Amino acid sequence: MRKVYLGNHQIISPLGFSSKENIDAVKQGKSAMQNYTSPIIGAYIAGKILEKNLQEHFKPLAKNEAYTKLEKMMILAVAEVLQSHQEIKKEKIAFIIATTKGNIDALAEENPFSKKRAKLSQLAKTLQQYFGFSTPPILVSNACISGGLAVSVAKKLIQNKTYDHAVVVGGDLVSEFTLTGFHSFQALAKNICQPFSKERTGINIGEAAAAVWVTSVKPKEKPIQIIGEATANDANHISGPSRTGEGLFLSVEKALQEANILTSEIDYISAHGTATLFNDEMESIAFHRLGLQNTPLNSFKAYYGHTLGASALLELIFSHVSLQENMVFKSLGYTSQGTSKTLNMITKTAHQPLQIALKTASGFGGCNFAILLKKETE
Amino acid sequence: MKKNGYITSSVKLKNHQIFKNDALLFKTEPHISTQDFLKEAYRFLEINYPKFHKMDVLCKLGIIASCVLKEDYPNDTALVFQNASGSEVSDVQHQKNIQDFPSPANFVYTLPNIVMGEISIKHQLHSENAFFIAEEFQPQFIHLYTESLLDQKKASAAMCGWLEANLDDYHVFLNYIEPRGEDIFSAAMLSEKFLR
Amino acid sequence: MSNLRLQLKEKIIEQLNLEDLSVEDINNEDLLFGDEIGLDSIDALELIVLLEKDYGIKLTDPAQGKEVFESVETMAQFIEKNA
Repeated sequence: MRKVYLGNHQIISPLGFSSKENIDAVKQGKSAMQNYTSPIIGAYIAGKILEKNLQEHFKPLAKNEAYTKLEKMMILAVAEVLQSHQEIKKEKIAFIIATTKGNIDALAEENPFSKKRAKLSQLAKTLQQYFGFSTPPILVSNACISGGLAVSVAKKLIQNKTYDHAVVVGGDLVSEFTLTGFHSFQALAKNICQPFSKERTGINIGEAAAAVWVTSVKPKEKPIQIIGEATANDANHISGPSRTGEGLFLSVEKALQEANILTSEIDYISAHGTATLFNDEMESIAFHRLGLQNTPLNSFKAYYGHTLGASALLELIFSHVSLQENMVFKSLGYTSQGTSKTLNMITKTAHQPLQIALKTASGFGGCNFAILLKKETE
Repeated sequence: MKKNGYITSSVKLKNHQIFKNDALLFKTEPHISTQDFLKEAYRFLEINYPKFHKMDVLCKLGIIASCVLKEDYPNDTALVFQNASGSEVSDVQHQKNIQDFPSPANFVYTLPNIVMGEISIKHQLHSENAFFIAEEFQPQFIHLYTESLLDQKKASAAMCGWLEANLDDYHVFLNYIEPRGEDIFSAAMLSEKFLR
Repeated sequence: MSNLRLQLKEKIIEQLNLEDLSVEDINNEDLLFGDEIGLDSIDALELIVLLEKDYGIKLTDPAQGKEVFESVETMAQFIEKNA
C-alpha cells in the first residue's frame, strides 16, 4: 500500500494568520482566550478572531461575492496550502472539509446571510466553487474528532489511489449556538481552561481554521508519515465520556496495529484534554490501560480553547511541527495532577528528540480518534 | 488479494413505509406526522427501548433502520453514513430555544454523528464511525470509504448509506455489508438499490 | 398526594420524554437516577432547566443537583424551601 505523508499547512486563529505566527505564539506560551459577554449567558471566556483583522488578510483573496466569517477563515487556510502546489491538476486533489457546525450563525435572525447558508452542504459547495475543484468536495461532520477523521479519510483515498493528494481543512466558529449549548451542559469554564489539572472546571470555546496537505509524494525536507489511524465508538453514552476509556483505548490499539509498532515506541502524545472533569479523567484511564502513563503528553486547549471541528487538525499540525523540530510544547494551564491516574504532563516547552507522535481526540456521540505520525529519513 | 464485500441486507424508510430488501414490511397512513409514524413503527417492531422516545428524528430513523436491517451485529461493524441536512431538525429547535431556555437534551442532538452513537449503544458496536454531508447521495465515495475500512481490516462488516432528515421530509437507505453474499458491494449496486 | 409532587411527576415525564411511564409508576421516594426510573446525566441537566424555567430556581453548583434530584420528594422539598 502507498505511504502517505503530511505536507505544508496553514493555521488561521486569534493567535495569528499563518502557521509560523501560531507556532511562535505557542512557543511564547500565549493564550487566545479573552473575556466576552453575551446577552444570553453573561460573562464567558473564548478565543475569537477579530473580524477587522480577518477582513484585512482576506482582502487580496476577495471575489465578487460575499463570504461568511468561517468561509473567509477556511479560504485563507486552503489558499495558502494550495499556493505551493499550483503545478498539480485539481482533479488529482481530494478536497476534504471538517466542521461540526459550519455557518451555524446564519440561523440567527440578525445574521445578514440567508438561513440556507447554515447548511453544511452549502458550505462545501461555496468552498469548492471558490477554488474551482472539479471533483465533489467531501465534508466530514463527526463532532469533535472531525478534523482528525478528515485526515484519515484523505489517507484512505490516497492509499486506494482514488487521489494522489488531498487538501484537508477544518474550521468552526464561536457562536451563540454552541456557547448556549455548552452553557446548558454546565461545561464552560469561568477561567482559562486547565486541562488535566486539579482545578479544572470545564472548557473554553475557540475558533480557528487549519488546513494541511496530505500526499503520496514523500516531501524532500523532514518528511512525516501517517503510519496508523482509527476511530472507535464507546457504545456507552451520547454525551458522557466512557468511564473505562474503552473507545479511546480501542482506537489507539487499532492505530498501533496498523502501524505495527509498540506503545513503547510512542515518544509524545497530543491528547484531547478539553478540561472537563469527565473527559480528562477518561483519557487518563485509557492512556493507563495502554501503558502510556510515562509518555510526555499535552493539551492545546488552553492556547486555543476547544476549536471543535478544527481542533484535532490544528493539534495534528502541531504534532507535525513537534516531530520536525524535535520540540514539545508545554501543556498550558496545567498545575497539578487532577486525574485519578498519573500522566506525564509536559510542563516546559523544550527541545527533545522525537520519532513517533500519537494524536487523539474524543467527542459527543461516543466517538474517539487516534492517529500516529512518524519521522522518516530524508 | 482484494476480496469483495457483499450487500446482504438493505432497508429503506420513505413516505411512511419501511422496506426490507425491497419488500414492504410496514406502513402507516401517509398523512400522519413523522413522529407518529416512527412511534407506530417502534411499536410494530417491538423494539422495547425506552431511550428511543428521548431521541430526535434522525436518531429514531437510525435506530428503526438498524433494527430492521439485522438483529445482531458483530461488534466491529463500521458505520458509514451520509446525508444532506446534517442535524437540521435539532439545529433549528436549538436556535429557537436559545432565546428562552436552551435544552441540553436537545442540544446534544445538534451533531449528525449522534445517531451513530445511539446505534452503537443499542447494538453494542465499538467500531469505526464516519458521518459525511453532501447535497446528494454519493454512492461512489461511500463505497470507496467503506471498502477501504473492510480491506484494511478495520471492520469485519459495515452498515453504510444515506440517512436524511430535514424540516420537511426524511429518507433512509442503509445497507449491511459483509464478506459473503450474492450482491457484490459496488458503487453501481448501491446506486441501483438507492433508486430502485 | 400534594399537588406539587403530582405536578413534578407530570413535568418530569413530559420534559424527559418518559413515554413508557405514567404518574402512578413514580413513587415520591423512588430514586430518579436508580434502577426504578433510570435517568441519566442529560436528564439531570434537563431537570436543572426545569427548575429554572418553571420554578425560577437557579442551581449553580452542579454538586447540589445530586441531593436535590434524588427523588420527587427531595425535589419538592427543595422547591418548597426556595420558591
